[in-house]
Amino acid sequence: MKRRTTTRRSSLLVALVATGSLVLSACGGGGDGGSTDGEGGTAAAGGGDASEVQVMTWWAQGSEKAGLEALVEVFNEQHPDTEFVNAALAGGAGSQAKQKLQADLQAGNPPDSFQAHAGAELQDYIDAGQIEDVSALYDEFGLTDVFPDTLMERLTNDGKIYSIPSNIHRSNVVWVNPAVLEEVGIDPSTPPADLDAWMADMQKVADAGKTPVSLGMDWTQTQLLENVLLAELGAEGYNGLWNGDTDWAGGEVNSALTKFGKIVEWSNEDRDGLDWEPALQKVMAGDAAYNVMGDWAVAAYDAQEMTAPDDYAYWPVPGTDGVFNFLADSFTMPVGAAHPGGTKAWLDTISSAEGQLAFNKVKGSIPARTDIEASEFPAYQQSAMEDFSSDTIVSSLAHGAAAPVAVLTAVNQAVVKFSQGASDVDTLQSELVSATEPLAG
Amino acid sequence: MSTKLKSWGPGLLLISPSLVLMAVFVYGFIGISFQQSMTDSHTAGQATGRAPVSFVGLANYWALLQTPAFQHSLRNLLVFTVVFLLGTLVIGFCWAWVMDRPIRGEGIFRSVYLFPMAVSFVASGVVWKWLLNANQGESASGLNRLFQMLGLDFLQNSWWADATWGILAIALPAIWQLSGYVMALFLAGFRGIPEELREAARVDGATEMQLYRHVIFPQLSPVALSALVIIGHMSLKSFDLIMSIANQSSYSTKVPAIDMYNYATVYDYANSAAVGIILLVLVALAVVPYLWYDARTRKEGR
Repeated sequence: MKRRTTTRRSSLLVALVATGSLVLSACGGGGDGGSTDGEGGTAAAGGGDASEVQVMTWWAQGSEKAGLEALVEVFNEQHPDTEFVNAALAGGAGSQAKQKLQADLQAGNPPDSFQAHAGAELQDYIDAGQIEDVSALYDEFGLTDVFPDTLMERLTNDGKIYSIPSNIHRSNVVWVNPAVLEEVGIDPSTPPADLDAWMADMQKVADAGKTPVSLGMDWTQTQLLENVLLAELGAEGYNGLWNGDTDWAGGEVNSALTKFGKIVEWSNEDRDGLDWEPALQKVMAGDAAYNVMGDWAVAAYDAQEMTAPDDYAYWPVPGTDGVFNFLADSFTMPVGAAHPGGTKAWLDTISSAEGQLAFNKVKGSIPARTDIEASEFPAYQQSAMEDFSSDTIVSSLAHGAAAPVAVLTAVNQAVVKFSQGASDVDTLQSELVSATEPLAG
Repeated sequence: MSTKLKSWGPGLLLISPSLVLMAVFVYGFIGISFQQSMTDSHTAGQATGRAPVSFVGLANYWALLQTPAFQHSLRNLLVFTVVFLLGTLVIGFCWAWVMDRPIRGEGIFRSVYLFPMAVSFVASGVVWKWLLNANQGESASGLNRLFQMLGLDFLQNSWWADATWGILAIALPAIWQLSGYVMALFLAGFRGIPEELREAARVDGATEMQLYRHVIFPQLSPVALSALVIIGHMSLKSFDLIMSIANQSSYSTKVPAIDMYNYATVYDYANSAAVGIILLVLVALAVVPYLWYDARTRKEGR
């Protein structure tokens, strides 16, 4: 009798344990990443194991994968003794890859190099002491002179540089289906003068029963928002959003958000379930007229053998002409990487003229180096290279150049809440104000 | 003393490895999570120990419970759990009731109904994501397209993207997946009632209705209770199904488990742990009374 009760009680314990384990599997081991702090400091000096290099990217499919393959080809030529290990994880803009990376970094088990957007996105890794200062490699590879000053400025954090860019992308580009526009009587070759003119065109498309704008999941909506803000506030006002000079709670932001809301209303309803490529596909297939996407879209068109100006047209988001909304993919040297020699070899290739030429030709981006002939590239990249050298450069929010990840995540959530109809313009604005509060501190 | 040791010593030795593992990896980590949830560790630097972390007591819990966003998650969780529970219990019971009578090809039906459970939540989520496409009208696909083809256009809706009731769209695949399991539970319950009892009731002049009301249903209540607890705690922990249909930013389908994941991804470990502990408490609230009830009835029954 007595024994019975004890077993009952312990079975209660067992059941409790089983239910509690879900919580633990995600919570446990949070605070132990600090052990990686002191070690691995020699990596930046360049010695170490170069037998292989494990590189984590989110270039796992389509055009992005093709770009990575072109890069690896150059790498194998330049560093035949180092084996390239591909650790790519699918998911647009790194939405999935970043979670896995964070877990690996916290566990003290970093890849030899990982892809990150240059700029504010690196802040968390720097604060956490998870990536090395690679300034010394800039001198060693002779990069200081070949990267433009505007870029160097955005890479430098407290006098140190923590990553080396492989390419530069532009986020404020509209991809247009000319056939859809001609059908409703709009000339696709001349872009609208400003945001209002563009929205008038959208209205025409909507009246004809077509979808004016195709949108995808959270970050693509944020990318549209940042470009609407850029169009409404101008480059200076937009930059002010990140350094505190422009008031997020102000009237100009409010009117931009109202216009953003109108554009979202015109977009496809299944947006939250789509990554950027399926969203762009709607424009390619003629189901929608416009898509705002970074210039990696070029590679998606190339992959389907569509060419401008017959199959598609592109222009800067109306109202942002003369502004280059910048983001850059860059590679890091994690603290405590297993093969620091391999990391160095990889950073050498991605920053070399050959590597940047091969990679950017395929990926639709432009090289970060200024010493590569524009004539080597297809038409889109030639125009982008010209713009990059003459335009005002601003940093993209959706791609981690303008604000740290925590701010971006909060903005994404506020934007999706709005686009799903759970908040109005004023609520969205107040949520953006609180989302961007950490920027002031 | 030595005889006592002889009687329970070997048994204790046998289970001691699992006891130690459990003490460390379950209760130890619950403790660490709880401790973490009472700190102000909200940034990357603090997560890796490069910035100071201080004790803030239950402040994170109060702050969380006061934010409309987290209240929305809790409300979603409640709606989801209620619908998921009712759906699986009602459908599972009906199927079991039908199969209780001898019917042709029972084995086939049983496997057909049970089969969805063999599919993982992630795999079914990917398919249901396509079925639950939000587009309507000309660009509709999935279920909305099916409704159009059947002339039931008024049934089209935006499914999981609907800000208020989107979470119900997630309950659909969940019910689809687990109704068969509940059916199996109830069927076992039906089969566990000896034929003699039914015969006896019929001999006493009970109608079919009375037979169910007074003889069969009372015997099924333990089964219903375990189904309730099993489905209930699964519902509270739902994460994979939601993530594979929607994504972590989707407001309409946000539940506390998603919040916990989101906080963890931005190095906000204190809030993440706090949400985890809240979930643990919710699950415990569902499970502990059942275990207590179960233990008590057994004790009384002896």
